[in-house]
Amino acid sequence: MAIKSRPIYNGFDLEMPAQRHIFVLEGEGALALLEKVNPSHPMLGQSEILYSPVGSSHEQAIVKLNAANFFTAPSSEILLNRFAAILSTATMSTRLYAAGTEGFIGAAVNVAARYGVKSASIVKEHRGSLRRRVQCVHCKGFNSDITASPFHCEHCKLYLFVRDHFSTRLNAFQGVCVNAEEPHLFPEPVELYQ
Amino acid sequence: MTVHTEMSVTVTDIELVADAIKQFTLERVDGQPMPAFAPGAHIVVSMMDAGRLRRNPYSLMSSPRDPWNFRISVLRVERSRGGSVFMHDVIAVGDTLTISQPVNLFPVDILARRNLFIAGGVGITPFIPMMEVLNEKGGVFELYYSIRSRSHGAFWSEMSALYPNRVKIAVGAEGYRFDYHELLINQPLGTHLYVCGPKLMLEHIFNIARDLGWAQENLHFELFLAPPSGSPFTAKLASSGKEIVVAEHQSLLESVEEAGVDAPFLCRAGACGQCETRVLASDGEIIHNDIFLTDEERKSGTKIMPCVSRFVGVGLTIEL
Repeated sequence: MAIKSRPIYNGFDLEMPAQRHIFVLEGEGALALLEKVNPSHPMLGQSEILYSPVGSSHEQAIVKLNAANFFTAPSSEILLNRFAAILSTATMSTRLYAAGTEGFIGAAVNVAARYGVKSASIVKEHRGSLRRRVQCVHCKGFNSDITASPFHCEHCKLYLFVRDHFSTRLNAFQGVCVNAEEPHLFPEPVELYQ
Repeated sequence: MTVHTEMSVTVTDIELVADAIKQFTLERVDGQPMPAFAPGAHIVVSMMDAGRLRRNPYSLMSSPRDPWNFRISVLRVERSRGGSVFMHDVIAVGDTLTISQPVNLFPVDILARRNLFIAGGVGITPFIPMMEVLNEKGGVFELYYSIRSRSHGAFWSEMSALYPNRVKIAVGAEGYRFDYHELLINQPLGTHLYVCGPKLMLEHIFNIARDLGWAQENLHFELFLAPPSGSPFTAKLASSGKEIVVAEHQSLLESVEEAGVDAPFLCRAGACGQCETRVLASDGEIIHNDIFLTDEERKSGTKIMPCVSRFVGVGLTIEL
């Protein structure tokens, strides 16, 4: 039984009506859209696509979709800034889509929350790496791109077990000291989130 | 489980506030303060109407800040199965009624950046405390209120005076109707829509909102459907080992209660899902009058909402 706070990503559904569609895609997240849509889809004329490649190379394929608006961002941070600027003047007739790694989806959800959009209203698809953003529950420091559990907190050096317990507000999984009672023991890390 | 801690209240004031709408002020018989409630809450009023127990839900319209009374408004519906006519014609100042604890199935979303209220007729009631509290907190709201005529509509002049730029009234008799498409197409992101009024109006507005792309999470409604009447039918209650007859102008839930079986409920209007009951056997057709079950659940024939749904046939057995 999965822990309740573990986010669920239902995948892209492009058939919901709206006056305007805004896609924020990170890396392999571009495929969530590319695999579901062909350039003749009528929604593309009302679509804006924001894409942050982070090493992927789907730019040409997205350009061919000929969406109403397309922006390639040099980084996910810049993409999310552009996303916020769009949301600040958007209307309720707008459908939002986010695809990419969990950290990216969570960051997009938090940007949208600032404009009164609930996470459940955003169409999401997880693509690419399973790496996690983890908060150390002891020192509160954040650790990015965690692929194994347990791991050493980069801030306080405690040896942390990665829980499925996810904080929406912090956009991070919770890491808890795994050897508090037997500090000399270091269970072997397992690569769980490649 | 549902908490059914009922209270006895005295009717301390009755005021005719529009052509067919009476406002009732209720105070506790034991002199204690009323339970706290948040805007959007309703109570269920129990009444003995010609020997038959009726329980009807009504939105609370009094101030959540005033702990000493509750106020509700009741539209007199002719040719209905009762309840509203009883409240209008029989209940007098000084009478005692039994009410439930407040239940809120229509709360204001506290994270909303903007609130759009649409009321039709007596559907104005839940918005009165909502606007009061939002106004105090500096929340953003607008009310679009449709009435048949100025004498049929209640509280429109009070609301217009309290919130002059935020209340818009459309009077049907004066040839004015809101263009809901125009209203909904340009609402800023983060707006929440709340509708309380007749079923057709609600469906019309929600269809427009969905077609425009409004998120489901931002759509809220309150609809107190009276349980539809129909041919009498018999039902077996498996857990309590009873057999009941549901009369023409009685709901299955009311009949279950009359038989002394304590069944869960909250809205009594087919919307909240609290009274959902498993159907163990049936040879006939379940008339699903609720707006809660999915189409698949309806087709499966294994679930019924006793507060509004009926049955035509023989051998209905439910798990109660």
